[in-house]
Amino acid sequence: MKRRNLLKSMMLAATASTVIGFSSLSALAANETLKIGFVGVTSGPAAAWGISNVRSMQARAEWINEIGGVKIGAKTYNVDIVTFDDQKDPKRAIAGMEKMAQEGIHYVVGPNVDDGAAAVRPVAEQNGIMYFPYAFPKSLYKAPASNAVLGMVANYQSGPAIYKYLKDTKGVKKVAFVAANESDPLSQRDGGVAAAKALGLEVVSGNITYQVDTTDFTPVITPIIRLQPDLLVLSGVAPANAPQLIRSARELGYQGLISTETAQDATVLKEGAGELANGFISVGGASTPEIASDAMKEFVTRYTKMFGEYNDESNTKVYALEYILETLKANPAAMSDVKAFQKTMDTFEAPNPYMKGDAKLKYVGMTSFGQKRQVAVPLVVNVYKDGKFDTLFVAAVD
Amino acid sequence: MEQIIANGLYLGSQYALIALGLTLIFALMNVLNFAHGQMYVLGGFVTYTVYAQLGLPFIVGLLASATTLAVVGALIEKFLFRPVIRKSHREESTMLLAAGIAFFLDAVILLVFGEKQRGVPKIVNGVLNWDFRIIMPYDRILICVLTIFFIAAFIGYMQYSKTGRAMRALAQDKVAAQLMGVNVARYSMIGFALGAMLAGLVGGLLVSITGVNLGMGGPTSIKAFMMVMIGGAGVISGAIAGGLILGMLESVGLSVLSQYGDITYLLIFVSLIIFLAIRPQGLMGKPWG
Repeated sequence: MKRRNLLKSMMLAATASTVIGFSSLSALAANETLKIGFVGVTSGPAAAWGISNVRSMQARAEWINEIGGVKIGAKTYNVDIVTFDDQKDPKRAIAGMEKMAQEGIHYVVGPNVDDGAAAVRPVAEQNGIMYFPYAFPKSLYKAPASNAVLGMVANYQSGPAIYKYLKDTKGVKKVAFVAANESDPLSQRDGGVAAAKALGLEVVSGNITYQVDTTDFTPVITPIIRLQPDLLVLSGVAPANAPQLIRSARELGYQGLISTETAQDATVLKEGAGELANGFISVGGASTPEIASDAMKEFVTRYTKMFGEYNDESNTKVYALEYILETLKANPAAMSDVKAFQKTMDTFEAPNPYMKGDAKLKYVGMTSFGQKRQVAVPLVVNVYKDGKFDTLFVAAVD
Repeated sequence: MEQIIANGLYLGSQYALIALGLTLIFALMNVLNFAHGQMYVLGGFVTYTVYAQLGLPFIVGLLASATTLAVVGALIEKFLFRPVIRKSHREESTMLLAAGIAFFLDAVILLVFGEKQRGVPKIVNGVLNWDFRIIMPYDRILICVLTIFFIAAFIGYMQYSKTGRAMRALAQDKVAAQLMGVNVARYSMIGFALGAMLAGLVGGLLVSITGVNLGMGGPTSIKAFMMVMIGGAGVISGAIAGGLILGMLESVGLSVLSQYGDITYLLIFVSLIIFLAIRPQGLMGKPWG
């Protein structure tokens, strides 16, 4: 009797486990996979830009998958992030975009820099790929260009706002620019010089540059300090270089303001320049404690748990994936048809999960590009103080 | 002008210490160590971890960097370069191995220390301001003095210690040194460890000034090769001269030519090409190797 009972129990247990096993398998199998690509820089001095992208996407994708996936049309998908490190090399960026095309991916985040974003344009347009670069050349977003969507606020949108603010509130009159000798920083410097002149500021130095691999900036900064500008602009400065430039300038006795239009990392500034970085003005991630929603706070928590350390830039970088998914939800036909995606962009609007209140996700860029080829993220300008960023002002781009 | 000279001396001394390790390895083993820059970066991260993360004194961080890199260097020589040199007489084999080690160290550093720029608290506060003619933070002065001290200690060690004499003999003529009883395998390993240790030491020193990040390795190796080429490959005094010349050229160029954009390195490279066309063995190298 006992033996029969034992056999019964074993059979029941086996059946139960089989049922549970099959049901979990079928739940997993129910979700198809939606591949979203990333092509950008995840190694070298500018690695922080690309890695904050990848990690934002991975953290968000894991979160989505954990809660059952994303429903687009009649199907629910798990999000899979396919990454490619272009090492800030346009040739590798092209190879990366070709890889995305071979994998049948239609939506890619990146590249992170101007020449990479320009290089991948033909591949993206020929293969029906919408891509979200963090690069500023207007030609990428103006017609006849069609497939690139700027993933952040451009320097020619943030620069004038910062200079005007500093002119009005801090009495800045003389400006000097310093940039790395490569395409992004140089084009940002040129844009900055033009914006400063348009505001009536005197540009006392606009052509001093440094090698990308410079580690000691004192010789670079010395001639600029002698000109005693009110504002020193570090055009397009990589997070790795900003603390060293600030430190060199301050140690040489520079007392004026220092700013940049690129996003920076508070920990890197703290470690590299300490209190010498106090007062440094930069464009921050698109969130501040005042505007961050609970979803943004949860994203930060998940990201930190996943990768050990948060990057303020990810407040901006989390948006691209959200825009892609929400636009696909708005028009499921865009899953494999980027023309449908582009059509939807003109009228698309969805609640912004990362901001308090009734903020919307929508495409902008009419003023700068003549067509909606930019994601709307808040322009947050920060000032660094004792290891963290304080919000200087928040603005919007149309 | 005083500021330009001070900047040049500071840059030159640190460059010289970087180049010393590279030229030592080349002299002993005829190996172009493309991973030298990555070893420098690893040294920087070790000091960062010990000094900034664990809160131990800076000198402990430096010692940890030197020891770690010496061990890493010895292991690399024993288990990677030695078998390759024994089996292959083609120079490109060791070059490829060195390049492979560079990529490997890059990957390890990314995994262990992450992608971000790292820096440490200032080791000395304050700035020397001599009537605005020379402005130099005290920590730079200290690092410059320490660098010169390490260079002097290295020269003394190579000149007067038994190990140093053995390594110099090995560098001059491997066969003759072997016939005189010098253990080639042992001193090659010590030499490689010493070269790697110097890279780690300078990485540890400079993390207090420039910080450290993953991307610094490649450019550091390129600069070190330039210094060695200027001074003469495999010659210790040549590496020091190469470092000082490069540091001074950089300082003068960045100050005097700043208004013309970033042409300093363009001119340095053009000058180097012309110089090598005239004197391919460098300032102090011998034409026969």
